[in-house]
Amino acid sequence: MIMNSDNVFTREELARYNRHIIIPGFGMEAQLKLKAAKVLVIGSGGLGSPVLLYLAAAGVGTLGIVDFDVVDDSNLQRQVLFGVESVGQPKVEAAKKRLESLNPHLNINIYNTHLNSSNALDIIRDYDVVADGTDNFPTRYLVNDACLLLDKPNVYASIFQFDGQVSVFNYVNKNGVRGPNYRDLYPTPPPPGLVPSCAEGGVLGVLPGIVGSLQASEVIKVITGVGETLSGRFFTFDALEFETRTFKIKKRHDNPVSGKNPSITALIDYEQFCGMKAVEEKPLREITPRELSDWQVRGEQFQLIDVREPHEYQIANIGGELIPLSTIGANADRISRDKKVVVHCKMGSRSAKAIRELEEKYGFTNLYNLKGGILSYIDEVNPELTKY
Amino acid sequence: MATIVIPTPLRKFTNNTAKLQIKSGTISESITELTNNFPELKRHLLDDKGQIRSFVNIFVGDDDIRDLQQEQTIIKDDTIVSIVPAIAGGIN
Repeated sequence: MIMNSDNVFTREELARYNRHIIIPGFGMEAQLKLKAAKVLVIGSGGLGSPVLLYLAAAGVGTLGIVDFDVVDDSNLQRQVLFGVESVGQPKVEAAKKRLESLNPHLNINIYNTHLNSSNALDIIRDYDVVADGTDNFPTRYLVNDACLLLDKPNVYASIFQFDGQVSVFNYVNKNGVRGPNYRDLYPTPPPPGLVPSCAEGGVLGVLPGIVGSLQASEVIKVITGVGETLSGRFFTFDALEFETRTFKIKKRHDNPVSGKNPSITALIDYEQFCGMKAVEEKPLREITPRELSDWQVRGEQFQLIDVREPHEYQIANIGGELIPLSTIGANADRISRDKKVVVHCKMGSRSAKAIRELEEKYGFTNLYNLKGGILSYIDEVNPELTKY
Repeated sequence: MATIVIPTPLRKFTNNTAKLQIKSGTISESITELTNNFPELKRHLLDDKGQIRSFVNIFVGDDDIRDLQQEQTIIKDDTIVSIVPAIAGGIN
């Protein structure tokens, strides 16, 4: 055993980690590896919560947390790191506080920032293992590529509604063989708008608890070398049917980062790669919640259209005419062409789609998108309405 | 008959059915059969050229069809075919 200050345990730590140390095949050796390890958890939301809680409890010596967001009421249904007292605080700060109360024997580094192509390599560089619990495709590909360029294993998990996925990417096994990565599994992302997000499609609150715990377990195996990781395998869980499946995945020669003839040797623009820039090329006319409120107060003549679903309308509405996005074309004749029309949804993306359809197929020129949707309206104008 | 497993995000296009029975044959034939029966599935599974979208993985048993004979992979009776699209959580 190496006996420097990082590699010995205090009496308190020995007591704390006793149930690990007595596991045959795990023992003091694995526990010391955990203490020496540096793990970066990207995203401290639904997946990041259980990952961070279990890695902190397990005694991972250095934890880094990347998140730019603040805790919101609607997070508490699944983000078990946070309580009501954390609402409004930056997630990384609330997370650090919670983890320090769980285990004071750790170093916790926080990065209250958006991970992007200009900061990712600098942030990831200092860590041994990355746990990706982010919530969007551009960041998934960014984390994947950064881990490939820096030679870091990437423990991946993802959730949607009732489905979860887990794998271990870019892991070099005991025989020195490197496993596949996210681009081998999914070469390209879906075009924006084809797949609904959790913010729109929902997610069962306990699902990230289950899937994030599996992710934490894989992180521990990667660090300690105990057991067989999910490298080269892709685990899926369907909570609704209670079906689990584990598929085989292989490296692809045409992978643009890790294949035979790499065309990507540095980080790229991931929003462009995911097709998001193309959508932004033609800007929509927007109105802020504050401006909408001014129109309402001064009795401006306009029509307000709400393109959400009826169940969302029941939770909170601001008096718009309900025309769900999927029926917008069929109801185009209900929308005024003579006065200004404000279109809104929950966060602004469905209303943008509705406006594009109405402009492109039906020739409307008088439409305004409510920026940030009803959620921003609630934040900025009427906090008494229910957020969801 | 083989079984095809529909992921939860796409079940709204299959009358909320998770598992469908399909005739044995090639993947290409079963996808055609599936999208004929459930036309709304088509744009989620196939691109404008009729190719399986690259963010939709199709596994025959444990294996990705890209590691088998792609769309020409043969499905036998009792085979389980899984459709597994990319998911990314929160804000896609």
